[in-house]
Amino acid sequence: MTKSKSLSNEAKWGIVLALPAILGFLIWTLGPMVASFILSFTDWNVVSTPHFIGIENFRKMFMEDFIFKKSIYATLYYTLGSVLSTVIFAFLIALLLNQKIKGLPIFRTIFYLPSITPAIASAMLWIWLFNPDFGLLNQLLGRFGIPRLQWIYDEKQVIPSLIFMSIWGMGGTMIIFLAGLQGIPQEFYEAVDMDGGNWWHKFRYITIPMMTPTIFFNLVMAIIGTFQVFTSAYIMTSGGPNYASMFYVYYIYLSAFRYGDMGYACALAVILFFIILSFTLVVFRSSPYWVYYESARRR
Amino acid sequence: MKIGKTASTRINRLIVYIALILGSIIFILPFVWLVRSSFMELGQIFILPPEWIPKPFRWQNYPEALKAAPFFTYFLNTLKILIFNEAGVILTAITCAYSFSRLRWPGRDLVFAVLLTSMMLPYAVTLIPTFILWKILGGLNTFYPLTVPAWFGGGMFYVFLLRQFFFSIPYELDEAAYMDGANPLKVLWSIVVPLSKPAIITVAIFNFIGVWNDLLGPIIYLSDPDKYTLAIGLSVFRSMYTAQWHYLMAASVVVLLPVIIVFFIGQRYFIQGITLTGLKG
Repeated sequence: MTKSKSLSNEAKWGIVLALPAILGFLIWTLGPMVASFILSFTDWNVVSTPHFIGIENFRKMFMEDFIFKKSIYATLYYTLGSVLSTVIFAFLIALLLNQKIKGLPIFRTIFYLPSITPAIASAMLWIWLFNPDFGLLNQLLGRFGIPRLQWIYDEKQVIPSLIFMSIWGMGGTMIIFLAGLQGIPQEFYEAVDMDGGNWWHKFRYITIPMMTPTIFFNLVMAIIGTFQVFTSAYIMTSGGPNYASMFYVYYIYLSAFRYGDMGYACALAVILFFIILSFTLVVFRSSPYWVYYESARRR
Repeated sequence: MKIGKTASTRINRLIVYIALILGSIIFILPFVWLVRSSFMELGQIFILPPEWIPKPFRWQNYPEALKAAPFFTYFLNTLKILIFNEAGVILTAITCAYSFSRLRWPGRDLVFAVLLTSMMLPYAVTLIPTFILWKILGGLNTFYPLTVPAWFGGGMFYVFLLRQFFFSIPYELDEAAYMDGANPLKVLWSIVVPLSKPAIITVAIFNFIGVWNDLLGPIIYLSDPDKYTLAIGLSVFRSMYTAQWHYLMAASVVVLLPVIIVFFIGQRYFIQGITLTGLKG
């Protein structure tokens, strides 16, 4: 009797204390999301009253809007390049840092710091590094006799340049990899030693399988994050040259807040939602084939 | 055989160190370039091949850059947003994580799973309707859009992180307190919070960096220059002083420095926190 009463009391407390997050989800996530879907079928431009125009926004997007196509291409190109090179590079550095080396905290800090540098500050810094005439990068290339590049000022070079810059910010991914590597029980490696295996066997049959859940996590988070890159387009390139770096979220920003076309911007956002959803689903669906879960240790 | 093996491990270690040191130099070089440019005369910046030591050493770049735009106002604005945002995140993320980890109520885990999906949602999808909502509420050009949402659990990422940590505290402690007639709020305040300081500090630091680095929010909501934050102020400064690299770099250092200081103060918690989120993901 008293037990059940105290339980309902606990439940009351529980719901009250969780209320901020529940309300927050309704007000700041679910509500706006539904509103985005509805507005994507209207021609609303803030000033006039919105009219329902069916799929006109989507038709225009796929049939007429060449900037939309450019921005899809730029964003996919950047995401693919940045996610792959960031994840591979972060994994390599984490492997090196996991070799029981001296000075680990110093190395870790050096590789990590760029990732917490304010996006605006690192954008400013990299504009200066990319400067074709006086920037550090061309000066270094010149020292090795390599002709200077135009970096972010050339239609063909802008995305590779930004991918290169994104590798500098791989620190968060690297720290998660390092933590994963440190969590692999030492006995597993010793077992390989006993069986006469070498470093390759350890890497291929212990490290890689044990790390697949961490790789999976980093891959999903990197795809979601990179798809929404904004600052480098806003500060560094203004989407140029010739729309070559018109990143998707920057295009949404321009459509909504420069051109005032809220309905169209919402339609763009809805498409973004489905693109990211399908990418995430592909990674999730593929996970049974390559992610190794130790079912015994989970719970 | 034995000797051969140690020799080869020694060479391996040497290769590891060389790779790490080379990598570190490459990663640190942009920072060196930033700081060296911030102390130079404009003339020296444009000398080819580039020089590395500022001569003369122009520390005046800093006061001059900071006076060229109202950076102190930007700083105060950022601070105001930061304080109200942090308070909301810490307070409500703690209560929510506590409810989702240590109080039993019907549907709890299902609700948590649903809320967690918001972490995967692209923010661009909610951006425009949220803007419209603030326009209707009359919140444009105020700090409310940048602070009020923090009072709703502060984002599921933080709730998730704290919840993971709360699970590791033995439940017997709560039971003992309930025996003494404490209510859940008292248990949270006197048992869970004191034992969770590292996790709470981690959340505070993460959120500090998030707010400090945020650019899109201030750009959309703040139009009056008196309301600008440091991030948006720096981007405006850039459009005014396009080629004055010494000033631009000095101002960038000023925006960067607090983040570095906070990182070094809270480094221990920080690394722990990232580890916690990544491993249980």
